[in-house]
Amino acid sequence: MLKNLPVPTPLTAPYWEGCRAGELRIQYCQVCERHQFYPRSVCAECLGSVDWVAASGKGEVVSYTVVRLAVSEAYAEEVPYVVALIRLAEGPQLMSQVDCEIEQIATGRSVEVYFDVWSDEVTIPKFRLVS
Amino acid sequence: MSTLRGAVAIVGAADTVVGKVPQMGPTELWIDAALGALADAGIDKNEIDGLVTCDSMAEPYMYHAEAMAEYLQIFPDYCMGIGAGGGTAFAILHHAASAIATGMCKTVLISMADSLRTGLTRAQAQVMQSSTGHKQFEQPYGLPVPAYYALIARAHMDAYGTTAEQMAAVAVSCRAHATLNPAAQMRDPITVADVLESRPIADPLNLLDCSLVSDGGAAIVLTAAERADDFPHPPVYLLGAGEGHGHEHISQARSLTTSAAVESGRAAFAMAGLGPADIDVAGLYDCFTPVVLIELEDLGFCAKGEGGAFVEGGNITLGGALPVNTHGGLLSHCHPGNPGSMFHLTEVVSQLRGAAGARQVPDARFGLVHAQGGIMSSHCTLVLGTER
Ligand SMILES: [Zn+2]
Repeated sequence: MLKNLPVPTPLTAPYWEGCRAGELRIQYCQVCERHQFYPRSVCAECLGSVDWVAASGKGEVVSYTVVRLAVSEAYAEEVPYVVALIRLAEGPQLMSQVDCEIEQIATGRSVEVYFDVWSDEVTIPKFRLVS
Repeated sequence: MSTLRGAVAIVGAADTVVGKVPQMGPTELWIDAALGALADAGIDKNEIDGLVTCDSMAEPYMYHAEAMAEYLQIFPDYCMGIGAGGGTAFAILHHAASAIATGMCKTVLISMADSLRTGLTRAQAQVMQSSTGHKQFEQPYGLPVPAYYALIARAHMDAYGTTAEQMAAVAVSCRAHATLNPAAQMRDPITVADVLESRPIADPLNLLDCSLVSDGGAAIVLTAAERADDFPHPPVYLLGAGEGHGHEHISQARSLTTSAAVESGRAAFAMAGLGPADIDVAGLYDCFTPVVLIELEDLGFCAKGEGGAFVEGGNITLGGALPVNTHGGLLSHCHPGNPGSMFHLTEVVSQLRGAAGARQVPDARFGLVHAQGGIMSSHCTLVLGTER
């Protein structure tokens, strides 16, 4: 049983290539001066075009949970693990795991991205607490 | 026709047995529910000219509604399958009411059933667990379904000081109602301490904060209000309906603590010309305990952030200001997946008929049902009444 592996599409390939290169890439609309995540073919506000940019990788925990019952056997040995919603410094919100002692996780904590290599094809962005 | 208010009525309703029902598959449960509702309405299958269904997970069909019509050899003028997660049942009813009001058909059978307890293969169960969330940007992080809702629960606790005890009070209330319902899957009383001490699933949610996994089905018959007096039971009229659709993926939600139940509730109450204070009994989607707190707030039964205090004060238990899920809800009666909210509907129909027995809310005239699908994503609210 494998983990839930992301399958890149032509649209999302730059994001996953960025992860393999150690860079968290999100999209930016020059008209709205606004970042967006997840990747879309257009800016969801003005429906204009978007560019890929490197995010700072810094953000803040908006909410979190400690998973005690893994979704499948592939995740069982990692239990308990922290899943969080993270507001990036650039504005967009995303979901990720935070690698920390479970007592330390809290809403409002500052976090920073790191990259977890699962295979030659798949590298997943995760976060760590920063003080 | 500018409004659906009072245009249609529920004239038949039935539940199958629920819980562990290995002797019937999803299709047989669907048929059992459908025939039960036809018998309750006192009509023959040939009087059905509209059929609306939702596909089964355990026994999926490419075109479920067509397959069920064929199975029963009925030949409707209006036939469709709709999928909107937990909100499906009421969205279906909203659309079926519109179909009657615009003359597409006269009498609609809505039936839904599934066998999530005994009917899923191991592979199906794993796919179902893993298929919630965005394939690329959420699923890799390994969330079981309760974890998605735990993110909402935590946000509500952080924003409003809601406690685990207050969330647990929802489960305790539903169980208290289920003890009065011989059909309910779980009937032993529980306490707040039982909920807090049950197995941790995804903090802050424990096992007893989570709904059941069940087999079961339920069905209703809906017809034009002008015809509604020709049936054996007192009609239950649709007075208001509204929908609200806020997001699909929780990481994209406009707010974690305020849902599109605000929009669906506002629309349903406006159509009905009623407000929260008029409602005598409610069926609120209770897949996880914090969902009920947010629904109570967003539908206007209490102020934002006060859902916890509202349920802790006993308001949602029989005898309280707003009895909620008097059948036991998804938490204690049954939860066979998408059909789950149908049982909230058939229970409120029983209440408004005055036929709820030991669970009867005295003089119930107005009822409300609300369901949501996805992760607090798509919402539908219905206001029902005993008079047009
Ligand atoms: Zn733009």
